[in-house]
Amino acid sequence: MKIELRDPNIVMKLSRLGSFHQSKLSFLRSFLKEFKDWKYKKDLFELDEFGHGVAVYSFNKNNRVYSLICFANDLDEKERSDRVIATKWDAAFTLYDGSPTKKDIERLKNEVPKQEVGRLSYKELTLSRANKSVRVFDHVVESLSKGIQPDINLLSKVGYLYRTTAVYGSGKFGLADRFRIKNREEIYGPFRLEMMLVYLVRQFTFDQVNHVAKNKDPKKAIALDLEICRNLGIGNSTGLGMAPFIVNHPTLLHNWIHARETALKNIREIKNIKNEDSDLFKNCLKRSVKNITSWNTDSKYQQKKIETLFNDLNIFINFLENNFNFSKEFAFNEIYLWLEKNSGDECVEYVVSMMMEPYNDIINPLVKKMSSEEENYFNIPTDRKVMELKEILENKYSQILNIDFSKKENNKNFWFISKNKEEPRLADRFKENGADLEQPLAIARDIKKLFEKLSLSKNSSTIDKFLAKNNDLRHVVRRAFIVEKFPYSEIQDNTIGESIIPIDMLRLKLSFFGASKFDPRSDKWLRICMFQGAPLAEQLNNYDDHWIYNSLN
Amino acid sequence: MKSLSEIDTVSKRATRAADFSWGIAEEVGKNIRLLEMFGLPGIKNLNYYYKSRNKKNFEKLNHITAENKTKELEFCPIIAGVNFMDQVKTLENLNEIRFEKIAYPLLFLPFISRASEIIGRKLFLKIDNKEFLLNYNNSIYSNTLTHGILEIGNILSIKFLKNIDFFSENEWNELYKLSEDTFVEENDSLKKNAAGAGLTDND
Repeated sequence: MKIELRDPNIVMKLSRLGSFHQSKLSFLRSFLKEFKDWKYKKDLFELDEFGHGVAVYSFNKNNRVYSLICFANDLDEKERSDRVIATKWDAAFTLYDGSPTKKDIERLKNEVPKQEVGRLSYKELTLSRANKSVRVFDHVVESLSKGIQPDINLLSKVGYLYRTTAVYGSGKFGLADRFRIKNREEIYGPFRLEMMLVYLVRQFTFDQVNHVAKNKDPKKAIALDLEICRNLGIGNSTGLGMAPFIVNHPTLLHNWIHARETALKNIREIKNIKNEDSDLFKNCLKRSVKNITSWNTDSKYQQKKIETLFNDLNIFINFLENNFNFSKEFAFNEIYLWLEKNSGDECVEYVVSMMMEPYNDIINPLVKKMSSEEENYFNIPTDRKVMELKEILENKYSQILNIDFSKKENNKNFWFISKNKEEPRLADRFKENGADLEQPLAIARDIKKLFEKLSLSKNSSTIDKFLAKNNDLRHVVRRAFIVEKFPYSEIQDNTIGESIIPIDMLRLKLSFFGASKFDPRSDKWLRICMFQGAPLAEQLNNYDDHWIYNSLN
Repeated sequence: MKSLSEIDTVSKRATRAADFSWGIAEEVGKNIRLLEMFGLPGIKNLNYYYKSRNKKNFEKLNHITAENKTKELEFCPIIAGVNFMDQVKTLENLNEIRFEKIAYPLLFLPFISRASEIIGRKLFLKIDNKEFLLNYNNSIYSNTLTHGILEIGNILSIKFLKNIDFFSENEWNELYKLSEDTFVEENDSLKKNAAGAGLTDND
């Protein structure tokens, strides 16, 4: 049986993209898989009794070394903020290409803690900072120093000791440009070095908390239980900074979604499901439900999504156990069709992620296709005809073309870059200043404008002639020719409408990162957790690929 | 040192702020990145061009022909460049294209370099006495090492070079003969067994 890839008009709706969950394709999982046989080492650990100082961790293999350099600082309680406007943090980190010398560490000591206002070099690959969850960190120190393990319930509720507030890479603030490293096989997967940074930061948080507890009471203190460590991740606060990324990198977005859609298609096309594969699917599914119940959020929006997901999943599991037989042909296709009929988006996408678990042979080759050589698709084919471009718009943006942008509700917001932090923001164009400096992220509106202009042009005319008179629409002409080749490259929704929920864009990206515990703090920023349940660095050479469902929390 | 990514982003934003469209700003971001990567002073020239735009106007050259003369003002290198690149497939039938007075012509150059890649032909650009051979956007060869600002190119010409060899047939044959010394002379046994298909491959 041949199954078609799902229609981009359905998959690329924001409500659907905002329902994606981590999967075997997620970057933090593929990072662990790639680096599992690298040699991990704690190279330097020079912290004072309060846990302030420098530490270096590394991964190395075949003469290649990546080192995380950590700078832990004293931070006044009043200065601790997760917002991007903060200027000081409990700790700051950079991933260094190679083994840093003392001179490198001295140089970076002056720059890394300054983050956006510091200057990095081509030897540094990624940059980040993090703040303690003071409540959890202090509790753990207090407990360990008394010789007892901390309260699992408290740890479970939060899920981490530290949360990062930004992770930068790809040439920001002087960091190495992607072109310098893109041909390295071990990092041929998106965000692999960002994942490495976060993973090693997690190890630092355990070492630091143990160190502080030991110094508090050297005689009584014990180390944090390894199983508890494994069940702690790294938190992350993230806001609108992430949203434009998926609009600004269309071919990359396509490759992520296309990998997911191809995986689903291939799984639905499997005629006979082996018992071991259906058992693994069911096992992961059941174990994962426990993770959902541990999501804590005050967001009514997310609470409703979790509740619906939880209910839908229970109905689905009931169906699976009582009314479904995996011995029938194309069983996963049957499951998928049942879900589309009986479940909400959140549950459909959740189970799609689960379906991938048994199939390394399908997933592993797709992981390698999730990067993009974006430059190759930048030039506009200006010898094409107006007629052809019109047809692309009619075929690829059919729903977008129905939006009436003269209505206030469809044209309500604008995206801009804040002068203070050079970060993307979203505001009401009818209430706030700055709409004249709007970023080119209103793709739906501009595509509609392009269609209207094309309709007034001669069909046989070429695009170079059209552009000579209409260069204000050049950015969307480029996109239209990209979407022709990459159907999942475009969000099929209005990103400036009244009803936009920006965190849907964040969730899409974070699901590909492999984040869990989505906890929206508003419609524009959220907290998540990464690597919770992941093997510790010293356990990497022998770990369970389905670790994400083993979390005790 | 600034990363190429920073150079791209800042050039793009500055171009938008200088009142070009976002689409053109995207092109300029890529171009300045390219110039700086090739060791040419992209940022410097872009900065001075945008400063000079505050003081005077430049002519927009939308339709490129064999001879492009300004009416009064100097040509804007960005508009001339983007239109040259867009129209290059229809222009390549011409042997040579000439321009008079393009402001800050180093900003025009990366468009020509990219056009060379688009049509798969080497282009030869002359800006007064400065010569640039543009090799499919992979490299730029020049008789001039320029690190400064080039405010104007009075006479510019672009030649579409034919895709021909830059060596003689004799030179090729001599080298080919030498390369044959890596081949193995086949005896009957090798002829019979080494190819797989056998001596007869008709079916």
